[in-house]
Order: sequence, then C-alpha cells, then structure tokens
Amino acid sequence: MPKSISKGKSNIIKLKFDTSWKYAPAPESKNAATIKSQYDLFINGEWIKPSGNKYFDTINPANEEKLSEVAEANAADVDKAVTVARKAYEKVWKKMPAKERAKYIFRIARIIQEKARELAIIESLDGGKPIRESRDFDVPTAANHFFYYAGWADKLEYAFPNRKTEPLGVAGQIIPWNFPLLMAAWKIAPAIATGNTVVLKPAETTSLTALKLAEIIQESDLPPGVVNIITGAGATGAAIVNHPDINKIAFTGSTDVGKIIQRAIAGTNKKATLELGGKAANIIFEDAPIDQAVEGVINGIYFNQGHVCCAGSRLYVQESVAKVIIRKLKDRIESLIVGDPLDKNTDIGAINSRQQLDTIHKYIRIGKLEGSEMYESSCALPGKGFWCRPTLFTNVAQSNRIAQEEIFGPVLAILTFRTDDEVIEKANNSPYGLSAGVWTDKGSKIFNMTKRMRAGVIWANTFNKFDPSSPFGGYKESGYGREGGLHGLMPYLNLNALSP
Amino acid sequence: MQRIKSLLIIPDFSLSPRIDQVGVEERTSRFTKRSIKKETKLNGLKLVLNMIDLTTLEGKDTNGKVNQLCYKAQHLHDAYPGLPTVAAICVYPSMVKTAKKALGNSGINVASVATAFPSGQASRDVKIRDTKYAVANGADEVDMVISRGKFLAGEYNFVFDEIATIKEACGDARLKVILETGELGTMDKVRRASDIAMHAGADFIKTSTGKISPAATMPVTLVMLEAIRDFYYKTGKMIGMKPAGGISKSKLALHYLVMVKETLGEAWLSNEWFRFGASSLANDVLMQIVKEKTGVYQAANYFSVD
Repeated sequence: MPKSISKGKSNIIKLKFDTSWKYAPAPESKNAATIKSQYDLFINGEWIKPSGNKYFDTINPANEEKLSEVAEANAADVDKAVTVARKAYEKVWKKMPAKERAKYIFRIARIIQEKARELAIIESLDGGKPIRESRDFDVPTAANHFFYYAGWADKLEYAFPNRKTEPLGVAGQIIPWNFPLLMAAWKIAPAIATGNTVVLKPAETTSLTALKLAEIIQESDLPPGVVNIITGAGATGAAIVNHPDINKIAFTGSTDVGKIIQRAIAGTNKKATLELGGKAANIIFEDAPIDQAVEGVINGIYFNQGHVCCAGSRLYVQESVAKVIIRKLKDRIESLIVGDPLDKNTDIGAINSRQQLDTIHKYIRIGKLEGSEMYESSCALPGKGFWCRPTLFTNVAQSNRIAQEEIFGPVLAILTFRTDDEVIEKANNSPYGLSAGVWTDKGSKIFNMTKRMRAGVIWANTFNKFDPSSPFGGYKESGYGREGGLHGLMPYLNLNALSP
Repeated sequence: MQRIKSLLIIPDFSLSPRIDQVGVEERTSRFTKRSIKKETKLNGLKLVLNMIDLTTLEGKDTNGKVNQLCYKAQHLHDAYPGLPTVAAICVYPSMVKTAKKALGNSGINVASVATAFPSGQASRDVKIRDTKYAVANGADEVDMVISRGKFLAGEYNFVFDEIATIKEACGDARLKVILETGELGTMDKVRRASDIAMHAGADFIKTSTGKISPAATMPVTLVMLEAIRDFYYKTGKMIGMKPAGGISKSKLALHYLVMVKETLGEAWLSNEWFRFGASSLANDVLMQIVKEKTGVYQAANYFSVD
C-alpha cells in the first residue's frame, strides 16, 4: 500500500541522489595511448632539440604526476621555425594546386579519426577534462574542422566571388589550454587550407595533444615546414608575436595577453585575430521550458570544468521562476560526478592547473565577501590533484565582481530580472561580448533578444553548440575576427579585386 | 529544501510547464552514456527484475496461460538461486481471480487493467464497474486508461473527474493512470496529462497500454519523472512511474534506472515507486544475470517462455 512519505507541515522535502545503487568505476585504459618521456620541437617536419637544451615538465592535473617533458623553444628556435615556414610557403605550399593541398588536410582529418581514442585519452590525462567530453566533443570536432576546411581549399573562388584570393604568408598561432587539440585544429585547418604556413605554440600546461598532432602531420606526409609546432611558455609566444617575418597572428586566450599582443603588433603589417575572454549572459524567461533550461545552464557553465571562454557564467532568471530554477540547479549539481577524468562516468574532471585553481578559489572568496550566497555540491573530492566542486552563487548583484569578471571555473553567478529591457541592459553591461543564451518558448522573443544583445554567438534554447560551419568570435573585449565557417577563411586571405 | 503546501490547490492545467523536445532528447542521451558494469550491472539487473510487472494482455488469455505466468513470476530461474521475484502480474479483470489464487501469499501483487482498456471508449458507468469488478476479485493495483479523445479536445475537467472517480472506485488498490503517450502527440501534452493525473489522485503514472506504437520511450519517461519531481516538491506526495511497452532489453532497462537515479534519486529506486510494464524483458535480464556469473551467454532456450 502507498506510504505517504511526508505528512504534516514540519517535513522537509529533499531528494537524495547519493543512492545505494552506485556506479562502479569505469576507467578508460591508459595503455591505449603512447606518451614519450620527452618531446622535442617539431620544425620542418622533423623533431629538433631546443637550442637552449631546456625542457619543462607537463603533469596530469588529476594526480600531479609527471607525464612527460617538453622542449622550451627560445627566440632562436622561433626564428628557425619561422624561417622554414617562410621557405615552405614560398617554395611549396603557395604554389601547390589547391586540390592537392586539400588532399593533405583530408588525410590529417582521417588520421585524427583513426587515432581518436588515443588522442582523447591524452587530452584527458594532460588537461584534466572528462574522457566523455574529449571522446565525444574535442576529438571529433577537431577532425571535423580539418574535414570542413579541406573542402574549402579548392573552392575559394566560390566562397569569395569576383575576388582573387591570396594567402598571407606565415601565420603565428598561439592557443590556450582549455581545448588544446580542438584549438590547434581551429587554427591550423583554415590557415593551411588557404595556402598559408604555420608556426603554432600550444599552452605550456597542455602541449601533448598538439605534439601528437605533429606526429599525425608527419604521418600525413605534409610537406616539411608547412606546419611547425613549438612548445614553451609566455616568452616563446612573445618571440612568435614579435618575429618580423610573421604575417598574421592568431591568438586565443586571455584578454590581458590579447592586449599585449595588440600593442606589440601596432605599427607593423601583421594582421591579427584575437579570441579572448567572456562572461556570457544566459537568460531564462518565465515562459521557458524550465527543466531543459536548467540542463542547458548546467552544460553552459560546468562543461569542461567551466574552462570555456563562452561559458554561460552569468545566469539571469526572471524573478517569477527564480526560486524553482535555483532549487532545480541545486538538485542537478548533486547528480554531477566529479572525479577521475579517465572514468567514463565523470561529468567534471580536474582543474587544469594549480594556478587556475587558485584563481577560482580567489573568486569564490570574493563572492562570499561580497555577500552572495554560495552553494556547492556535496560530492567528495580526490585527495591529490586540482579539484573544485560545481558551485553556484545566488543573490548576486550586477556590481559584484563575480558577475563582472571571468572566473574560468565551475562557478555560476545567478542574478534575477523583471522585464525584457532590464535583462538586455544588464546582459550587455559587460566589457565582454563573446556569447549569450536565451531560453523562452516564444519565438518572437528570441529574435528580439538576439537582435539587441551584443555578443558574437547567441544560442536559443540550447548552449555551447559548435559546428565547423558556424563562425565564432567576440564583440568588445572578447576580441575580433571570426573562426569557423566561411568567415573563418577571411582572416587568412587577402581578397583582391580581379584584375581587369 | 521546501515546506509542503496543500494538496488541494488544483492548478490551471493549460499552464503546465512547456517542454522542449530537443532538450529532453539531449538529456536522455546523457543517461545512456553512463557506463554500467560489474557489481553495478548485477545489482541494477536484480533491481530491474524486482520492478517488472509481468504482463499478459491478450484476447486469447486463458486461466491456463495466467497460471503459468504466475508460476514464472515466483520462479524466474530456479537454476540461479537468490533471485528476486517480479513486482506484479498484470492481467485483464477477468483473469484477476485466477492470478490472485495462483500467486497466493507470494507477496507478488496482482495488477489489473480496467476502464475499457486499451481504448477507454466506454461510458463512465462501465468504467467504474470494470474497476470495481477487478478490485472485488482481489486486484491490488488498477491500471486505468485516460480518455485521450476528451483530453485532446481540451476537456481537462472531464479527464480529471474521471480519474478521481476511478480512484474512488479503487478503494485501497493503488491506481496507475495510463496516459497513452503515443496518442498525445507532443511532450507539452505528456506533461499536461501527467499533471492532471497526479492532481486527480493517481498513485502511479504510466506511459502506455503497449497496444499503440510508440509505447514507452526514454524522453517521454523523463518528462513524466520531472512532472513527478515537481509534484513532489509542491505537495510532498510521492507518485510512482511505470514505463510500459517497448522495453525488452536489459541495457535499455538499466538506462531507465540511471534516469530514475539521476532525476528522482534513492526513494524511487524500488518497486514501490518504479515499475517496468513488460512481457519479454524478464528473460533478457535473466540471461544477463547468468552471464555476469558464468561469463558466457546461454542460449534463449535455457530460459522458460511463459
């Protein structure tokens, strides 16, 4: 017979997600991946020792154990890489028929697919992201970018009718640690498809999949010097930016570094695209499909531990549904599994580095000091490594720093609003403008919102969706230039008038 | 955390929350990515077995067939000791007496479909008598169908009243309300019908009769589980969930279990609050359980067909 669990006014209603039926660990095997004990610089199709003979460790953020050591490129190495890239550009790549260039890029895409499992494992080991994401998102999307731009290589005259397209030359590309392989794909694929050559530097905490990509490029027989991958920290990046023979800088990373780059290239002929920080507004109206919106908020902020420049880190909820949405969010973060990135059931992996963990902790302290209410999942955290529970703040005001500054971690700031105009004003009230989200059942409201919001990408009733055919980039301090889609070809081309 | 409010507030059902089908499907695909292995799998399979309403709902059902099914319910696979029994046997009202006798004091419930199952196209009087007949013959649970025609015509009060009336006719028997989601057309309607059923007195809400395709799907079940969750937070009353039809494989059943675990949590992970309406699921679960023990799959012939 039915038991009515709770009767009487004193009972507190609470769901219990720590169930007696538990998931057993389901770790992906590390043996499916090969990581060398030491990596050199990939220059001119070969592995070359760094001229300073210096190497630095790369660690697994989930247990702080050393995975490998990678070479530190100094200015002389950068010069070597740029020189061979220039030679490859002038002698081989620029002259090669576009359909032949495309064949190499298709080949790279296919080898990425073949090695998908290994790449996913290394991405999770080196960066801390859950294997479910590296397996289902990072690696397949990286392959798709190569496929997509390979397709454009010999069709540029259709992409830009009545224009004569001309590659720029040598592109210096500097990528971040949050999507190491995917960002390498975003950068390399359009550059080489349009006939440029590349010197790419991955982030110092996550070099391994870029170096694996170098092995793949070697295997694809791409002509030597077309893609050069050199490792190092900020000084290496600065040497690339300041090298006189670079024609184009493509950078994804923090707004602070973006500003430095912009200053450095001012007065030169170097072109640039900058994809920088963000503090995306995710807006839920009272007529939204509530449970799906809650799920979208979860994906928007806790995807990749919140290390996403377009993460939906500012949640605006219409006051009439705020209580129920906050309750649902609190329930939902209880069912997120935090732990070993290699476990197939893990939802939230390790924070990428101690430095980033310190930044996140700093902002959580600030949020508490500012008087917002903090709520975090009750899950246990592993003893070693860098971890942060999924966290949310309620009662946040527009003037709070946690609502203004990019935290780049699994921390959500929840604000409320009353009217459409109010939320648009608040959403646009940010130095950033990379992405935004709108949740409503009403189609006309979606168009009204997207028209008036200043953000490069606006998702409606979904969040964090990416496709190679869709352009991505920011407004304001989130940078300029677009990556992906037809738009992503433009930053790598001069579009000249057809000569009469 | 929240205090309980009165059960008596009946909402305007046309204002039931809207559902975004794409979002629901995305969420359900996440459940299917959980890796269920070893102990988790074995414990999950036993839980599934214990949640099954072993069903026969055919025009050709006889006392003999029902007797055999009732024996199966109590002795799922005696070659493997220590297995749980199923939760209930689900039959037509005319077979309730037979089933009740065959099950004796085994602890297995008898569930009877009623209210002019499966179409529900009969007068209210007939539906009440159908229900009372089943209960009088010993049914512990009644699976009624809603009047989908009236529901789709927007006559929510009619549907509400009918469920409330049948609930009254059930007496102490637990009432499962079948929404027949395959005939409702949209997720919005599934949610609305769930809200009506729960407010009208359903103890369980159930997806399907099994006579219409599509029967139970994970997205539909998720929408109903979320309706149950909202109702629980609003009223403090737990409502059970029964997906029925179309679940014949262990792997799928385990995905449903993951969905219950991550949507409603511990309290619903028992046959008091979650059931599978299925006829062929049990044998597949048994085959998997034996495989977990021996490491090899046995042929289907080793498992009795009833």
